[in-house]
Amino acid sequence: MSKLRKNYGMLFIYVALTVAGMVFLLPFAWMISTSLKPDTQLFVSPPVWIPKPIAWENYYGAVTSVPFFTYMKNTLIIASLSTAGAVLSTPLAGYSLARIKWRGRETLFIITLAVMMIPAQVTMVPLFIVFSKMDMVGTFLPLILPTCFGAPFFIFLMRQFFKQLPRDLEDAARIDGCNEFGIYFRIMLPLIQPAVLTVALFQFMNSWNDFMGPLIYLNDERKYTLQLGLQQFKQAYNTIWNQLMAASVLVALPIIILYFFVQKSFIQGITFGGIKG
Amino acid sequence: MIQLPVKDSVGKWMKPHLLDGIESKRAKYGYIFALPWIIGLLIFYAYPLVSSVYYSFTKYNVVSPAHWVGLDNYVQLFGDQTFWTGIRNTIFYALISVPLSVILGIFLAILLNTSIRGQGIFRTVFFIPTLVPVVATSIIWQWLLNPQFGLINQLLAMVGITGPPWLGDPDWSKPSLILMAQWGIGHSIIIYLAGLQDISKDYSDAASVDGASGLRKVWSITLPLLTPVIFFNMVMGIINALQVFTLPYALTYGTGNPANSLLFYSMYLYNNAFKYMNMGYASAMAWILFIVIMAITLILFRSSNRWVYYSGDE
Repeated sequence: MSKLRKNYGMLFIYVALTVAGMVFLLPFAWMISTSLKPDTQLFVSPPVWIPKPIAWENYYGAVTSVPFFTYMKNTLIIASLSTAGAVLSTPLAGYSLARIKWRGRETLFIITLAVMMIPAQVTMVPLFIVFSKMDMVGTFLPLILPTCFGAPFFIFLMRQFFKQLPRDLEDAARIDGCNEFGIYFRIMLPLIQPAVLTVALFQFMNSWNDFMGPLIYLNDERKYTLQLGLQQFKQAYNTIWNQLMAASVLVALPIIILYFFVQKSFIQGITFGGIKG
Repeated sequence: MIQLPVKDSVGKWMKPHLLDGIESKRAKYGYIFALPWIIGLLIFYAYPLVSSVYYSFTKYNVVSPAHWVGLDNYVQLFGDQTFWTGIRNTIFYALISVPLSVILGIFLAILLNTSIRGQGIFRTVFFIPTLVPVVATSIIWQWLLNPQFGLINQLLAMVGITGPPWLGDPDWSKPSLILMAQWGIGHSIIIYLAGLQDISKDYSDAASVDGASGLRKVWSITLPLLTPVIFFNMVMGIINALQVFTLPYALTYGTGNPANSLLFYSMYLYNNAFKYMNMGYASAMAWILFIVIMAITLILFRSSNRWVYYSGDE
């Protein structure tokens, strides 16, 4: 009896997961299918799943109807410079909070946690005013500069990683005559590489997917990022669904490919806040 | 050299250490390493926070100088119909999408945490939608939910149901948005799953010996032990829902149409700031949002000791 019930239980689990999985995959499958359809197969009933012939030219259309590669270049500049900034700045603060004793350290740590609570809506207006007074609106700087000084969540993550390292390592280095910067750069920083990779990944993804930041600061089309470009493409040609889908695939694909290469860092970054925090 | 035992930062006794004397000399490096972040805090958090309070008491359009109007912005907001529309839409969205995503997320995570084959594949399937940029998400769903030619209504038609106009109808637009938001719950599934994997198997083994069924174990053991993670996801979910912006903005180009049914609080705030250049008015809105978020978070934390189970002695 109990065995039978268990089998039904497992059957239910497989059926439920498969159905849910299909529902989650459906929008994807439809996006890819639509991106390869000739115009004549878009508005037909019943829906066509496998396009015939396969219209690869939609992808060509997507990258030529709008200056796709300019948008991509802009996005890559912003994303890579912000990532470099975050990778340089956040371990420094994390290290100071985790491994050096100084007056005010605990206060700084509490402030670092507290500022995570401030909604972006509160700071975005004054920051826009500052950047516009400095003539930086319309440039990439407002999208890059803030991360170069640190970001609270990443600093918190770095601190937790630095805290786990044994003290003997730095003492040994110190006895060997290594100075504080040497200990940081040559001993400690290499040991928390997984955390650095996680921060790099999340900062890159945040910049790549950011919509509100570029929307506020970039007003010249030649400076648009992929997200703004895609939105404008949609607004201008809102019925050529096959080209819109092709463009969406191209914009989403880099991050999805990245996920398959560094899955572990993704999972680590996400579970960090919820479980270990 | 004799050293007295000292307490470390969390109050545990530390072993006396040969090199403790060096700590005082190192303190200055603590400041040096933290300096970029301290500067960042001042420029990008402290200054904006304080000046935002000031701006909320002014009329300011960036071009001409700000002038003090006292509580005018706040008073004006209370009589602003669109402000209230934004609040109603946002509360409706949060009240439905947060519980829905919590229930759905826990349900899928519990199913994933069984001894099934292909756990990794399912996990990836649920997670990948969260990687899709929001503008692309909006395009995919606008096409899926197209009233005439969208896949969803075509599928519904096959089983004899006439599908609703979805995003084109003020009554259906918010449910459509909530549906889209559920596509992105992979994030919280991953967090629930990590929480579930932290729960020791001993409890459920003991319950099995006592003859408890699978469902009974989920209800009496798994869920109570998962409450800290549920609490975390709920707090984050509510905070994010109250700030919902990008998806409805991308869907409606900031208009919030049809009939303002997709005009959310943050969109109206954004429009005031960057479309109408009412920086003071937008700042007042931002502070109301901030205070509401703080109040709700505080209430949730207060309620947490009634239903959130923390193991250990804290």
